Amino acid sequence: MTLYFLNFVLLIIGLYALVVKRHIVKKILGVAIMEYAVNLFLILLGFRKSGIAPILTEDMDLATFIHTAVDPLPQALVLTSIVIGLGTLALMVAMAIRLYERYGTFDMDEINRLRG
Amino acid sequence: MDVVFLLHLLLVFMIIGAFITVEIKNMLSAVISIGAVGFTLSMAFLFLGAPDIAITQVIVEILSLILLIRATVNVDNVAIEEKGESVFHNRTALIFVGIILVFAWFAFQSLAPFGEPLMRVSDYYLNNGLIMVGATNFVTSVILDFRAYDTFGEAMVLFVSISGAFAILRRWKREQHKDFLRIDREH
Amino acid sequence: MKKEKQSGMTFIVKTITNLIIGFMLVFGAYIVLYGHITPGGGFPGGVMIALAYILVTLAYGRRVVESMISGVTGSIADDIGALVILILGFIGLYIGGTFLFNFLPKGTPFKLFSAGYIIIYNLAIMLKVGMSLYIVFLALAILQRVVTTRDETKEDKK
Repeated sequence: MTLYFLNFVLLIIGLYALVVKRHIVKKILGVAIMEYAVNLFLILLGFRKSGIAPILTEDMDLATFIHTAVDPLPQALVLTSIVIGLGTLALMVAMAIRLYERYGTFDMDEINRLRG
Repeated sequence: MDVVFLLHLLLVFMIIGAFITVEIKNMLSAVISIGAVGFTLSMAFLFLGAPDIAITQVIVEILSLILLIRATVNVDNVAIEEKGESVFHNRTALIFVGIILVFAWFAFQSLAPFGEPLMRVSDYYLNNGLIMVGATNFVTSVILDFRAYDTFGEAMVLFVSISGAFAILRRWKREQHKDFLRIDREH
Repeated sequence: MKKEKQSGMTFIVKTITNLIIGFMLVFGAYIVLYGHITPGGGFPGGVMIALAYILVTLAYGRRVVESMISGVTGSIADDIGALVILILGFIGLYIGGTFLFNFLPKGTPFKLFSAGYIIIYNLAIMLKVGMSLYIVFLALAILQRVVTTRDETKEDKK
């Protein structure tokens, strides 16, 4: 419960950076923080008290494994979303560098003003 | 030590790191402190019983740090000073953040409590995974067999984002560096 | 000093790179191949292999790494990864009646060659993720040089 709330605070910090800050790289960092928070929230939802990782080893009994393993489904979704987050981060960094080259600044308001 | 207490500690550390990232003036320090947040996140994944994701998070964090340092180093890496009018912006944003947090506290009451997940779908995967797929890593069997079509779609999302980054960078290449990709010569 | 800057980083970094590059590639291949038995899989393994080539780019500069894998080769390998996934899907459609049906024999658990087509799928994802991230980094690395040169000209004017 408090874990969920702390996680939500993390998401809100990212949202704050995305909305208020004017530096483009700060906005990118805000998006990255929000991504961390969402990934962690999905994994927290799948955790089981005194659970073990959903990986079977040879000395393990299958019946007890089924009743102690944590939820593998959110892990599978998060695993792909982390790598896709890296792809979108590369896209955003490319955009930021491109904007800097064109306008000579990272300031969002300044860029809006220069664009006219 | 109790896992839940440790997770609280790690989350508080992550919140402090994220706050420093948002508020610090030097951009290079901001990037480095977001690296600290990412590595702590990987530790949290390890305590939550997800070694797959912990490995992925560590490796991806290194690469994203390299990309972000590429973006900030060599250019003027000082954060932009706030103007006078943006104080009002800040205050309104903070008020709305407070309202959202209060509502979130009530919304989280209706979720399943921590430590008792809903396993309706996952029970099927755990029961039948070894017989139907034969992989002992159940995360892999969910990714690549039960939900293989999802993974295919996500690989395509990666393809789209990467080709978007390439499209943004390519116009520059046509101007000056025509030798990088031969795609440019065809035009 | 300036000559060293043009051809990459210092001698120390190059030596360390020579030492650990093989370990990085082997570890990436291990993560990919044993993805269905131990933690890992195509996604982290692919990023690991991309990181190995990015380390060479950072240490030796772009010319050296482009003689190993050029941008064109990288994008072709990327496309091969996507094509392999599509072909697997259509073979599954032909044999089992559903797209991406696991058509290979399952084998015994805890062995390397078990779990049907998962090894091939993992290798395809490795090619796709690794090579696409690598070519994006190459493109960004080229762009960075222009930003620096522009800054230098600014300073010269001052």
